[in-house]
Amino acid sequence: MTAAPRSVRVTGEAPGLFAPVDLTLPPLSVTCLLGASGVGKSTLLRLLAGLPTGVAFRGRVERLPAALMGQDAGLLPWLTVAQNVGLGARLRGEPEAPARTARLIEAVGLEGSAGRLPAQLSGGQRQRVALARTLAEDRPLVLLDEPFSALDVRLRLLIGDMAVRLLTGRTVLIVTHDPAEAARLGDRIVVMTPEGLSEQPPPRGPIPRRHDAPDVLATQARLTGRLIA
Amino acid sequence: MLAVLALWQAAVWLTGLPTYLLPGPRPVMQALIASRTAIAQAAAYTAGETLIGLALGATLGIALALAMATWRPVGRALAPALIVSQAIPIFALAPILTLWLGFGLAPKIAMVVLIVFVPVTQALYDGLMAPPAAQMDVALTMGPSRCAMLRHLRLPAALPRLASGVRLGAIYAPVGAVIGEWIGGARGLGALMLQANGRMKTDLMFAALIVVVALSLALYATVDRMLARFLVRRGFC
Repeated sequence: MTAAPRSVRVTGEAPGLFAPVDLTLPPLSVTCLLGASGVGKSTLLRLLAGLPTGVAFRGRVERLPAALMGQDAGLLPWLTVAQNVGLGARLRGEPEAPARTARLIEAVGLEGSAGRLPAQLSGGQRQRVALARTLAEDRPLVLLDEPFSALDVRLRLLIGDMAVRLLTGRTVLIVTHDPAEAARLGDRIVVMTPEGLSEQPPPRGPIPRRHDAPDVLATQARLTGRLIA
Repeated sequence: MLAVLALWQAAVWLTGLPTYLLPGPRPVMQALIASRTAIAQAAAYTAGETLIGLALGATLGIALALAMATWRPVGRALAPALIVSQAIPIFALAPILTLWLGFGLAPKIAMVVLIVFVPVTQALYDGLMAPPAAQMDVALTMGPSRCAMLRHLRLPAALPRLASGVRLGAIYAPVGAVIGEWIGGARGLGALMLQANGRMKTDLMFAALIVVVALSLALYATVDRMLARFLVRRGFC
């Protein structure tokens, strides 16, 4: 891995969308950015990804090469699972790495599905392909934008845990509107409201945490309170 | 089908019009059988023009849309011109094409090309300019060249739109061929209809008209099936 343990930071404001913010992602840990819809979380993530945001942002972005995973898996329907996992190499005109691709497909539990098309997969399987594609990019920074929001509760726990485990050793930002997810998966938890950002103490213990640990449930309740305040 | 035939026959009986004004299904069928050689030859000629024109028009449309999407200034300049070109009555162009290209095959094919390439260009260009957002975002973070982006994402993602454009082109194509034959030419179903009309052989004209419709429907069905199969193979449902 190429991770230079450097922090990633975005400071500035987007008039009309959010007040001045200062978000730093500590290296090699998972930061959960929690907030209601439309508060500007995804805009911050897009700034860190270097993607167009469509808003006037005034400020500074210190970023690292990033890989992106969104709520929509964004798989290309005409490519097989293996080809989707290797999309980055294909787009950059690099040679394929079949052995590595096969390892990643196995790591997300999809062995035997390498030759299938996205239309033949379930929603959970598609998100796992997206996760494998994200890992294939091998970037020091990984940005996840509501990656599990379209999944049912069971899959959300399963794939959330899998993602956090497989992304160990990278700087990760998970944007979510789900307090339970933030409490389970965040080394750090930052709540975003129209007034700005506020850091919340995470539950005890290493991530991924159990969904029913008392500390996780208490944090979830406190975060929910912040969101509806 | 049967209902149409019954309505047609009823209209003939109720109005009591003579055969040279409104022939019933039976005389039309008789004309179709009596002139089957001439009609078949004309139909083959028209079908040839249509297929060549459709292939050329689709190719031209694809090339133009790709050029417009690759060089933005070209796209911005030509996008409104495409709309304007749709406002030109295609009928008015036929005599000019005949004047330029003669009475042979060329002006008819040109007519089909003109009528086909606009919907193909429009559909593919729209598709190329509106790639699916989630796929684009992921791909953009991967650091691709513009060319790779077009080849691996925007073009394949636009294929369903291109297919719609080609389907539209396939519907219009025989119309273009018939108009071309109508204006200047001695061969093809359009010319046959015109000659039949001039000699008051209305039954033959109706017979040729039915063959034009059958030809158009057969072409559309074939193109539609080919495109659907192609898209399924490419992972689109």
